[in-house]
Amino acid sequence: MGSMEMYLPLIWAALIGVAVAMYIILDGFDLGIGVLFPFNKSETERDQMMRTIAPFWDGNETWLILGGVGLFVAFPRAYAVIMPALYIPVIVMLVALVFRGVAFEFRTVSRSKTGWSFAFALGSTLAAFSQGVILGGLVQGIAVTNREFSGGHLDWATPFSFLCGIALVAGYALLGTTWLHMKTEGAVAARAQRQAKYWLIAVLVFMAAVSLYTPLTEPRIAARWFSLPNFYFLWPVPTITALVAFACWHWIERGREVPPFLASIALFMLGYIGLVISNYPYLVPPSLTIWDTSASPGSQVFMLIGTLFLLPMVIGYVIFVYWIFRGKVREGESYH
Amino acid sequence: MMDADPVLLARLQFAFTVVFHIIFPSFTIGLSAWLATLGGLWVYTGEERYQLLMRFWVKIFAVSFAMGVVSGIVLSYQFGTNWSRFSAFTGDVIGPLLGYEVLAAFFLEATFLGILLFGFSRVPPWLYTLSAAVVAFGTMSSAFWILAANSWMQTPAGHAIENGVAVPVDWLQIIFNPSFPYRFAHMLNAAYLTTAFVVLGVGARFLLEGRHLSEGRTMLRMGIGLAVILAPLQLFIGDQHGLNTLKHQPIKVAAMEGHWDGSKPADFHIFAWPDEKAEKNRFEISIPHGSSLILTHSWDGLIPGLSSVPPDQRPPVTVVFFAFRIMLALGFFMIAAALYGAFLWWRGTLFETRWFLRIVANAWWTGFVAVIAGWVVTESGRQPWLVYNLMRTADGISPVPGATVLGTLALFIVAYGIVFSFGIYYMNRLIKQGPDDGGHGGHGGHEPGFLSGNPVAAAQSPGREI
Repeated sequence: MGSMEMYLPLIWAALIGVAVAMYIILDGFDLGIGVLFPFNKSETERDQMMRTIAPFWDGNETWLILGGVGLFVAFPRAYAVIMPALYIPVIVMLVALVFRGVAFEFRTVSRSKTGWSFAFALGSTLAAFSQGVILGGLVQGIAVTNREFSGGHLDWATPFSFLCGIALVAGYALLGTTWLHMKTEGAVAARAQRQAKYWLIAVLVFMAAVSLYTPLTEPRIAARWFSLPNFYFLWPVPTITALVAFACWHWIERGREVPPFLASIALFMLGYIGLVISNYPYLVPPSLTIWDTSASPGSQVFMLIGTLFLLPMVIGYVIFVYWIFRGKVREGESYH
Repeated sequence: MMDADPVLLARLQFAFTVVFHIIFPSFTIGLSAWLATLGGLWVYTGEERYQLLMRFWVKIFAVSFAMGVVSGIVLSYQFGTNWSRFSAFTGDVIGPLLGYEVLAAFFLEATFLGILLFGFSRVPPWLYTLSAAVVAFGTMSSAFWILAANSWMQTPAGHAIENGVAVPVDWLQIIFNPSFPYRFAHMLNAAYLTTAFVVLGVGARFLLEGRHLSEGRTMLRMGIGLAVILAPLQLFIGDQHGLNTLKHQPIKVAAMEGHWDGSKPADFHIFAWPDEKAEKNRFEISIPHGSSLILTHSWDGLIPGLSSVPPDQRPPVTVVFFAFRIMLALGFFMIAAALYGAFLWWRGTLFETRWFLRIVANAWWTGFVAVIAGWVVTESGRQPWLVYNLMRTADGISPVPGATVLGTLALFIVAYGIVFSFGIYYMNRLIKQGPDDGGHGGHGGHEPGFLSGNPVAAAQSPGREI
């Protein structure tokens, strides 16, 4: 293996990791608003909630396309195994995203908002749940023979993947509440502050459950965390997670606006890092590594050149648009 | 249905989702360019009607764009879910083309769309207009990359086959593969033409109903002005594209022409019923030597016939044949309507000729159907190949049971059926409401802090700050 063949897949794995992280952060609070819809019955308050994400949702969802297409570009043989293996949750997620996506516009234009509010809530929740199931389905492993998916079409449906699904719904709801507390005023902000604490507890319970479940059922993950010397390097991850969770609670109690949102993002990132540590270097656990599934160096280099130039530009104008729509959304402000 | 044919179902599912999707880009590519034009005219002339028109069309754009985005996300994952062997085989080559589409186009569109829909009162007019232009540029770049990928599947070039997968050798040859320039020009022009006919249709509708007269006339003039150039241009581009296809995919052309026996000059069949078993046409109404003249510019010119290849290498002739005729008929209708409209404009009776207004008001859909028919021609005409001469469609599907594909196909049909019906209904209602011209006092000028970024909402609750 030449050094290009060695390092290019690593660089690409890191880049896709960043895209997925960006997606989880940005669309996380965005889907979270939908998860929270049923807890705020007033359509006027829902208008205000939706208004905080309306200018951004489309851009946020583009990171999901980048994640999927990035996998197709850099690791086509992983994309070709993962998608058929997780066929049903992927399609359910896509259809759910269709409904919650059009709900933004349809809800404004339709005479009665209730119907599309329901579609928005259900679509967002189902999309979040499916994404958790996809994650769980991947982590628990995919049957592969001759580099092709060789399992059954319901292999993904396990208690663990459903646990991950519910965990992600709770996680996005936490991001949603802290986002709302930061971006709104009045009753919506107050309610978000109250709800944030419950969602935080739920998230911690689910994080603990997933963190215990994976090493207990997957010996390779147990070996990764608890063998020496790994343990010496890895013990800060759960420790920092506990500290961040404590700080997040404290800041919510104190009514701080920005820190709880940042802390809930940090919780997500720590969980994400934990999963990466558990599964590296597998892209399709437990058999295909990032090198097994990598595209040819010619493809990876061609795309890398464009990415190094375009991705900073993307991040630049995304920040610009967030800056244009800075500030809080006041009570009674509607969608547009 | 447990043993339902997975290849057929995967094809049906992709055909359904992609046909649904293409409706919206065909419109939003053109509509964003139209919005940018209106914005430019507004900033340049300072005239009210351009700003009103722009904000009226932004509302319709928003609904249409949302449907385009969500149906597009589906496609980017469907390559993997339903066509995993195709993805594994072609990922190294067309993956990066889609990657560039996301990074260079999707982010641009999606991010600046936020300003276009919600930023009217937050940014100065020039930046608002610039955002429209950036969205228009984004939609165009998106078409560039996705058509490069599609064209590579039609006329692959610049690759090698190593270890059973296609790998890149020359990126310029991959992107600018032989059919790409023609397909790109044909599709982009189609999108602008489709939009021109929608704008024309809405303008005519307003004039017939006797409301929004100033805006209606502007739309009619701009629509005719655009269509009278684009519609004939499309005939020329299409002809060139056809010659390119004859060179690289002659059997597709034979199917488009319903031409079986390559040893005889080709007639142009105005109507026929291709009989794929008997390898001949029934009920032909033809112009003798017509296709030979068009395709070879010679009376006795020969083009390959369908019978020159075994049946398992022929596309589904009937589908290709009829889709091609639908596209042609609509194309000629658009040319005739545009030329006649221009003639009426020159005579000074465009706004009073009610029978003409009635026809164009009811012809807003022609571009969409022509686009779909054109895609059916080129995609069905590529069969039985998924990647021309490299991979058969049947070899590209995922190892997923037919029943699962059938189930998700049903799910897509129900979901898209609901979304599409509501989308059309809402867009029609927005058009009925028309531009918000006066009547709400103070809604005319660009006053930050007062006007809504969205005129629908503004119309519903005047004076509300965004």
